[in-house]
Amino acid sequence: MIALRRMAWVELKLFLREPLTVVFALVLPLIILVVMSGVFGNTPDPEFYRGYGPVDFYTPAYVGLVLAAIGVVSIPAHLAGNRERGVLRRFRASSVPLGVVVGAEALVSLVIALVSGVVLGVCAILAYGVGAPASPLLLVAAFLLSALMFAALGVMLGSLIPTARAAQAAGMMLWFLMLMVGGPGPPPETLTGVLGVLSHAAPLTYASRLLQEAWLKGGWSWADTGIVAAIALGASLVTARFFRWE
Amino acid sequence: MTPVVTVEHLRKAYGAVTAVEDVSFTVEEGEIFGVLGPNGAGKTTTVECLQGLRRADGGTLRVLGLDPRTQGRELRGRIGSQLQESALPDRIRVWEALDLFASLTPGAADWRVLMGQWGLTGKEKASFASLSGGQRQRLFVALALVNDPKVVFLDEMTTGLDPALRRVAWDLVEAIRARGTTVVLVTHLMDEAERLCDRLAIVDRGRVVAMGSPQGLIDLHAPQVLVHFSTSAPDVDFLFRVPGVETVERRGEQVEVAGIGAVLALVASALVERGIIPTDLRTERATLEDVFLRLTARSQGAA
Repeated sequence: MIALRRMAWVELKLFLREPLTVVFALVLPLIILVVMSGVFGNTPDPEFYRGYGPVDFYTPAYVGLVLAAIGVVSIPAHLAGNRERGVLRRFRASSVPLGVVVGAEALVSLVIALVSGVVLGVCAILAYGVGAPASPLLLVAAFLLSALMFAALGVMLGSLIPTARAAQAAGMMLWFLMLMVGGPGPPPETLTGVLGVLSHAAPLTYASRLLQEAWLKGGWSWADTGIVAAIALGASLVTARFFRWE
Repeated sequence: MTPVVTVEHLRKAYGAVTAVEDVSFTVEEGEIFGVLGPNGAGKTTTVECLQGLRRADGGTLRVLGLDPRTQGRELRGRIGSQLQESALPDRIRVWEALDLFASLTPGAADWRVLMGQWGLTGKEKASFASLSGGQRQRLFVALALVNDPKVVFLDEMTTGLDPALRRVAWDLVEAIRARGTTVVLVTHLMDEAERLCDRLAIVDRGRVVAMGSPQGLIDLHAPQVLVHFSTSAPDVDFLFRVPGVETVERRGEQVEVAGIGAVLALVASALVERGIIPTDLRTERATLEDVFLRLTARSQGAA
């Protein structure tokens, strides 16, 4: 437990010393919020967004997008980079358990996600008049569950992809794809054919829906919960089976 | 006393390539034991199997009474390790690394003391990336000792260091032993092995080709002694009658006598007896390098 706390603390400091990832995780979602709100405004349209204003509708999805950025972009690049450079080898030789390495990644990503998500939410509420979450408690639950899923996915990708470069490229591609089809992009009802299939395959779709349900209606979807939990579990099992220290 | 490390008939292959064919040795408590061999001989594979970082295909391994194959995690908590091709995150600070690694072991050594011992005081806040090669090496040694291990494995610790730093690193190894820690030292440098090791195993093509103390190996495999001096005396053929002398060669005033045993003393006494008193009488002993080249050349011939 002491080892996990120390490792997480060191990892958090290392993260904050990496300017590029900080910008990516904290600032990019804000830029997206500003640009998208500029484009769509927040006037409710009965045909789209289930009758909500676009910014109301998108803000929870952007929170999901932050979680996805941390999960599939920063974590895999970080893990694969540590493997490539021999950092994981060094940890293993000193008997660091896999749980400490992976647990520290998950904890740090949760902390960053929390800060980033709160900043985004507060900006949306204060600057764009987005309504406060209908159920803060459910929102927190949806947030934690989604963060867990993306951390598990990120660790899985970092376990499978051998180099930092490849991990970064794969993570970016996934992230942009999810940006388009996973909720923060065109309204789900406009995605048909191949796009509809991709949308169903994107983990962000389910995280976005959980977050939107909680934020907009104070509701909870057990079906989406099941899918998110299953993805998290599946990714963790793959990690446990295929993790490579070197 | 039971040995700290026991290896019996270790075998390890990577796919079709056999890295270690048959390696056996024991390391006793408190000694510096060398694993010496050319690149690709299987040295690193051997010590990585001993630390449970790689799974041995065959043979019996014991380190501190534990089996690296089944008790690797527990074992790695009790040994110190300095690995080839390992690193720390660029932006981690020296004190953070020491503090982190110390937190992994209950009852770890005080890392502040270690930092002083290994010349890192004043560098606590320096990032890993900003450290010089020698400072990194010292940090890795400090990290290897932070769990207060009974035995440390040092793999090519001086590779990439300039000659001055290499000497500093040698002093570090002797300092480790001086605190009572057994050292297993992997190297391909003859002078390093000769200077540091109490005993060593010469490994070539996955097999131990010789084992013993550096001097013992030299005596056994390259016993010839060369004696050089210069003289204006016209005839030195009497030296052939000196016990142990095998050849006498003369080039101008330079004479080279080759033989086995106490050739230097006997040649000197024979010279003095005849009134020849050279001022530059000197001897040249074989080094570990001669032994090494002889042994590995033989194994190459047999292959």
